[in-house]
Amino acid sequence: MDKMPKWADVILIPLISLLLAAILSALVILAIGEDPWAALKMMVQGALGSTYGWGYTLYYATNFIFTGLAVAVAFHARMFNIGGEGQAMLGGLGVALVCLFIPWPHWTLAVIAATISAGVFGALWAAVPAYLQAKRGSHIVITTIMFNFIASAVLNYMLVNVLRPQGAMDPATAKFPAATHLPTLHELLLPLGIKFSKAAPANVSLLIALAACVLVWLLIWRTRLGYEIRAFGFSESGAKYAGISPVKITIVAMLISGALAGLMAINTTMGEAERLVLNATEGAGFIGIAVALMGRSHPFGVLLAAILFGFLYQGGAELALWTNIPREMIVVIQALVILFTGALDNMVRIPLEKLFLSLRRKEG
Amino acid sequence: MTGTAPAIELRGISKAFGPVQANKDISIRVMPGTIHGIIGENGAGKSTLMSILYGFYKADKGEIFIHGQKTVIPDSQAAIAAGIGMVFQHFKLVENFTVLENVILGAEDGRLLRPSLARARKELKRLAEEYELNVDPDAVIEDIGVGMQQRVEILKALYRQADILILDEPTGVLTPAEADHLFRILDNLRNGGKTIILITHKLREIMEITDTVSVMRRGQMTATVTTAETSPEELAELMVGRKVLLRVDKAPAQPGDVVLAVENLNVTDEKGVQKLRDVSLSIRAGEILGIAGVAGNGQSELLEVLGGMCTATGRITLNGDDIDLSGRQSDGQSRRARGIAHVPEDRQREGLIMDFHAWENVAFGYHTDPAWRRGPLMDNAALQADTARKMEKFDVRPPDPWLAAKNFSGGNQQKIVVAREIERNPTLLLVGQPTRGVDIGAIEFIHNQIVALRDQGAAVLLVSVELDEILSLSDRVVVMFDGQIMGDGPASTANQIGLGCLMAGMGGADTTAMAGWTISDAAAPELMQEG
Repeated sequence: MDKMPKWADVILIPLISLLLAAILSALVILAIGEDPWAALKMMVQGALGSTYGWGYTLYYATNFIFTGLAVAVAFHARMFNIGGEGQAMLGGLGVALVCLFIPWPHWTLAVIAATISAGVFGALWAAVPAYLQAKRGSHIVITTIMFNFIASAVLNYMLVNVLRPQGAMDPATAKFPAATHLPTLHELLLPLGIKFSKAAPANVSLLIALAACVLVWLLIWRTRLGYEIRAFGFSESGAKYAGISPVKITIVAMLISGALAGLMAINTTMGEAERLVLNATEGAGFIGIAVALMGRSHPFGVLLAAILFGFLYQGGAELALWTNIPREMIVVIQALVILFTGALDNMVRIPLEKLFLSLRRKEG
Repeated sequence: MTGTAPAIELRGISKAFGPVQANKDISIRVMPGTIHGIIGENGAGKSTLMSILYGFYKADKGEIFIHGQKTVIPDSQAAIAAGIGMVFQHFKLVENFTVLENVILGAEDGRLLRPSLARARKELKRLAEEYELNVDPDAVIEDIGVGMQQRVEILKALYRQADILILDEPTGVLTPAEADHLFRILDNLRNGGKTIILITHKLREIMEITDTVSVMRRGQMTATVTTAETSPEELAELMVGRKVLLRVDKAPAQPGDVVLAVENLNVTDEKGVQKLRDVSLSIRAGEILGIAGVAGNGQSELLEVLGGMCTATGRITLNGDDIDLSGRQSDGQSRRARGIAHVPEDRQREGLIMDFHAWENVAFGYHTDPAWRRGPLMDNAALQADTARKMEKFDVRPPDPWLAAKNFSGGNQQKIVVAREIERNPTLLLVGQPTRGVDIGAIEFIHNQIVALRDQGAAVLLVSVELDEILSLSDRVVVMFDGQIMGDGPASTANQIGLGCLMAGMGGADTTAMAGWTISDAAAPELMQEG
């Protein structure tokens, strides 16, 4: 028998973890002499109180969906892809090249090409660590971390020496042509009679992210490839018995993971900045790890966790802007959420399992 | 024996793990100087009971009396102090220490080792003479055989003044000759006044060595009987709760053409150790070939090569067609496509994905089958229906395709694997340890299924460390030792003694006495008495 009902596993545990993180955050805010209740109200108001706030929350969430799915797919094959950050950076390069050097008649065509290009660049960046893991046994955690640094250096070089327009001081590409600009939620919702903030950066990439959730779900639970990925992830010796090639699964799972991380660039680079800048990823690749952990590597869980982290990002930014709570405090709060939902999972899980067991014994 | 207090008396011991009642109101009395057997199926609660006695678990209820004294055993230190010694199924020895160092480990006299070692050396010599427990005190553990290692475990307990010895499945890793020697030691210990509790699932051992025997079923003690007054059939019935056929009921084989031919197969592992040496054998249609041998003598590698799990050199043909032994076409998928089904030795690590639902496991290895494909997706509905049908046919309990494999008992897990492989109607069925950790009722069922497949004309290769299983199920037997074939011949003329010699790599009169057997030149000509 399972130790506890499924709803407790997927809903109760994350909720309790979140509550614990919130309580601890409140204590920290109290300790620096601020009012935690006011801070919470400010965060909720700033992130969810207006379509402007929602626009930012969903914009960040879109990034985290892509990077969270990337980590989740690799998790299913029992690999820890920490390289989401680097793969997303390269994805940005892929988007920039497609948008700058091909004259697009309409954004719909441009976004298809940019999606493919971002995916391919991200996948290629994951391919080298994947190959080294599959063929040489170099640990994927080490190699993907190193590849983050290499990606950062490559991007730096490309922006400073190759893609920077002549005379510009800024290490960034030129603005993308207007035909490649993606419609924002404001433009998408207007025909439906919904007034959404004009200034918010959330854009059509959100729909691509939602589609990615569905596709990843289909891939993992409905296809033969997903079956092989999960089987390999649960038991490598079992996979060998069934004739599932470890080399193939390691490489394919990492290619998909890298591609998903790369797709994040459509949102940031094509949707928001409309040019490629340094540090376009802003750590979203790492947040993806927390999102995947909290979402239990399930696309629906990843979606919810991504929205939560979007809320924390946007609410935190508002907090730093309007109160005396320093920006670093926001990082502390986010870290506490990651700590409780990801790292300290067993702290909540084990007592809860005991509780359910004793309840069941009483019934029986 | 009236008047003497029992060496061990348990009164009303109960222990629950969550909703599972592992032990329920168990009482036993074991008189000093006797060997008491505890027999029961896997999961009957034998190990839990002994763990309570050795201080690993705390009983929820009940009392323990040692030599008439009520004793509380909170940890293993207290158990040792009470004179209880335990020999585990998996030895707890430091591999690169000598025998002597292992014996004193944790029982040193003071800060300096020298006096302890000297005392232990003397004590070991005395024990060796008294109980036939000869071990070279200066040998390093990793250099000595399993039988020797077990003796070291017994010596460790005796050195700690144990007068009650618990042995958990002690013969699982031994050759028949080693097991005989162990029983001689146990006999000597009994004569020396020690009390022994022997946990096993082998009826033959119970009948051979014990004075009294307790039968456990589903956490309860169903009976305690005097061994001389019972029979294997009665014990089996007490274990399972119904009448069990201990012998496999099968008609004589009707061998057809050669299905599998293996010629000069060689396998070397990653460390460069040669695991198979020039192995050649063949199996005909409608025939079960049993591979006998002590675990680790190349049988696993033979199964793995045939199942496409490791590469080899040599030649294998299936119905006359060559099979690739390395490269792209040598994996499990290509083997299955050729009609080779494989029940692997370790169902939990290989045969099943423990976290997968039963229906996902029924597709395992056959997940690329076009019958279970719907466009780019897998046809899960068809798979679930097929699983329900197989579960019904193979009497898997509970018959729930959505239950995760880890939530089935060992016997039912094995039935899922066997159902998946046999229902493919393979040309060749590879079976490794089909009944390891499987309860008696399921053993009977699985054996009958394998025989039924043979009668349909399939060739079956059976690998098992249980000699009884090899002898009762096979039509022909091959004995392996150190990666080589020591001999082969019909199962009907084979006997335990002859096979036992071959399993230890020895030839001699006992082996040539088996009619129709070919003994390899590799078998040492004389029976060398082990030191």
